[in-house]
Amino acid sequence: MFVTSAFAEETAPAAGAAGDTHSGTSVPAEAHAAFPPFDPSTFPSQLLWLAITFGLFYLFLKRVVMPRVGGIIDVRNDRITQDLDQAAKLKGEADAAVAAYEQELAEAKTKANAIGQQANDAAKAEAETARKKVEAALDAKLGEAEARISSIKANAMKEVGSIAEDTASAIVEALVGGKASKAEIAAAVKSVAR
Amino acid sequence: MAADKVDPIHQFHIIKLIPINIGGYDLSFTNSALFMVATVVVAAAFLFLTTSSRSLVPGRLQSVSEMAYEFVGNMLRDAAGTQGMKFFPLVFSLFMFVLVANLLGLFPYFFTITSHIIVTFGLAILVIATVIIYGFMKHGLGFLKLFVPKGVPLVMMLLVVPIEVISFVSRPISLSVRLFANMLAGHITLKVFSGFVVSLSAFGALGIAGSILPLAMAVALTALELLVAFLQAYVFAVLTCMYLNDALHPSH
Repeated sequence: MFVTSAFAEETAPAAGAAGDTHSGTSVPAEAHAAFPPFDPSTFPSQLLWLAITFGLFYLFLKRVVMPRVGGIIDVRNDRITQDLDQAAKLKGEADAAVAAYEQELAEAKTKANAIGQQANDAAKAEAETARKKVEAALDAKLGEAEARISSIKANAMKEVGSIAEDTASAIVEALVGGKASKAEIAAAVKSVAR
Repeated sequence: MAADKVDPIHQFHIIKLIPINIGGYDLSFTNSALFMVATVVVAAAFLFLTTSSRSLVPGRLQSVSEMAYEFVGNMLRDAAGTQGMKFFPLVFSLFMFVLVANLLGLFPYFFTITSHIIVTFGLAILVIATVIIYGFMKHGLGFLKLFVPKGVPLVMMLLVVPIEVISFVSRPISLSVRLFANMLAGHITLKVFSGFVVSLSAFGALGIAGSILPLAMAVALTALELLVAFLQAYVFAVLTCMYLNDALHPSH
């Protein structure tokens, strides 16, 4: 890219690529005797323009660019600290809300337990009274039935006496052929029945 | 492009664009001056325009400007402490100037101002002059403690002090030659390999096939030079920070 076709033709037949570039480095072009970076005749101009351009650059950066960039970064850092503070505050609020919620939940739980216990107790008491009532009724019925049984039994026992007397008189009649007095028989039956 | 030899040195020639001669001094506006102006305009315009929206959430280009700003700021704070931040505009200007000058020089046909020793030397002298003037202003003769390390026996001082003085005096030279030599050598190498491509392809099909190797080298060297352009600007700025630290804290 830095070579003309004329140059290529000129150097190609010479010594080959390596040789000619090497000669380029070791032997400077004849038009410029000194190696350009060490040519003192260019020094004043370069120093002057370096001072002018770099001086303006320094002033521009110091006055305009650096306050601006520094300002941007400061504002951002402030904003980040502010946001972090706010986030911490919000987190505190959220934590407080969670604690309040948990406390309320615990209260509600104990309340619910109390209500359950109360209902349980009431139901138990009711069942107890109902059972007692039923038992009392059953006891009454049982007593009645027992009284009836005993009266029936007494009646039956009374009748048993008269039947035995009749049977005994009949037996006596059949065996002895005489009639025993009713009183005698009754006394005899009574003595046996005892 | 002149019709003279394919000369790797050709790219470093100074060409007078507007001849100016004042008091016997040649102060012409040259291609070098033109590219100084271009460097300053490109760097300043980039920094100015990318930050003009002042967005809270930066775009890509604004991020680049902010990164450069914070990069140099952190570099200076690490080397010279918060007191050193008064030199922030100087270090930032130097870094941006050298970086943009190096990067612009990578464009074909562009002139590389940092490949001239007088330019890098001018910048180095600016740094050292700042160090010396500020050092004496702030510490007076105490600034000379820079050459007298603490805890060294008196006999050793005879040896150590001259070494310290020589090391201080050689600073502007090493600072300027490092940048200048890197840029000069890189551009010569690039030019030589590109020259191989052109010369070889003149030999017909075989030459064109053979020119693939130097072409690949030229591409790889371009990438390397991009790295060197950034690295040298960084090194220049870091050393500036360290020298400024000496001006702030001469007793080490």
